[in-house]
Amino acid sequence: MTMPEATPTDVDGVQIDLISGARMENLASMEKIRLILDGVREGNIVILEEGLTPDEESKLIEVTMTEISPDEFNGIEIETYPRSQTADRSFLDRLMGRESTKKLTVIGPANQIETLHKDENLISALVSRK
Amino acid sequence: MGLLTNLKDSITRVTDRLFSESDPKRIGIYGPPNAGKTTLANRIARDWTGDAIGPESHIPHETRRARRKENVEIERNGQSVTIDIVDTPGVTTKVDYKEFLDHDLEKEDAVRRSREATEGVAEAMHWLREDVDGVIYVLDSTKDPFTQVNTMLIGIIESQDLPVLIFANKTDLDESNVGRIENAFPQHETVPLSALEGDNMDEVYDKVAEYFG
Ligand SMILES: Nc1nc2c(ncn2[C@@H]2O[C@H](COP(=O)(O)OP(=O)(O)O)[C@@H](O)[C@H]2O)c(=O)[nH]1
Ligand SMILES: [Mg+2]
Repeated sequence: MTMPEATPTDVDGVQIDLISGARMENLASMEKIRLILDGVREGNIVILEEGLTPDEESKLIEVTMTEISPDEFNGIEIETYPRSQTADRSFLDRLMGRESTKKLTVIGPANQIETLHKDENLISALVSRK
Repeated sequence: MGLLTNLKDSITRVTDRLFSESDPKRIGIYGPPNAGKTTLANRIARDWTGDAIGPESHIPHETRRARRKENVEIERNGQSVTIDIVDTPGVTTKVDYKEFLDHDLEKEDAVRRSREATEGVAEAMHWLREDVDGVIYVLDSTKDPFTQVNTMLIGIIESQDLPVLIFANKTDLDESNVGRIENAFPQHETVPLSALEGDNMDEVYDKVAEYFG
């Protein structure tokens, strides 16, 4: 009878999943998206240390759209910091198809998270319980 | 005489098209809901083909399926470029059917609309990765351009190496601020316009021909 993990459903609160770059590194794009959306659909706030590539972001939006359903899931709120690094990507990076994805990304259920303030180096969000 | 010249002209045009190496470029019109994408698509289609593409509306997500107008031939400085314009639903990361209830819709209707909207956005994202040769990104210049969706979308478009023009729409309104959009996306060319009033359409067509021709 080992129960190493807390059972968050028993607790009245908001669960935050901090996912390291190392954890994401070896996952395929769709596995990353699954990991994120599974967390968000349980009502968790998911924070990615290293963010997603633009291609993965586009798939995240697409899959989110297919999962929205009335009175159950409204979609996601997503914020990244820094805003965009595309402009800083070197020519060589572009040539080699290397994406700069080192951006902190916060993703949460749209009906529970609201961005209060965001500037160059601060994201302030209000999270409400379900 | 005029008739003969016209006939000769149109024959040349037909043969040009038959033998041209490249098919029309497919240009996707993207941007947030209510930016004026459909108004712009309709204006372009009306100016060059005589008919419209779809209904415009102040209700967000009026365009819930990508709509296409094929073979829109734009003539510029004696040259002509042919494009297929694709009007897409506004891209967003969330859709709540309750927002449609504010626009006097019954629940059933609101739920149906929101479902269509989500399908349309998914489809538009898919197109962007697979099927589009260039992008017109339309923004409402009275609104703050620094949103997560705009930043993300522009990043996605850049990563696909697609040619992109940013259109700062609704310049007819007092609160319009084109400079704010230029500052937000300095790596791209911004063209100011009013799709509703038809202001600055000459520059719009010049740029479309230059970027996507
Ligand atoms: N004042 C002004 N209103 C506009 C302009 N372009 C579009 N609109 C209005 O903005 C609303 C949304 O337009 P629509 O084309 O449906 O936006 P879409 O959701 O991006 O396709 C409608 O009420 C339009 O009449 C413009 O240039 N100026
Ligand atoms: Mg529209």
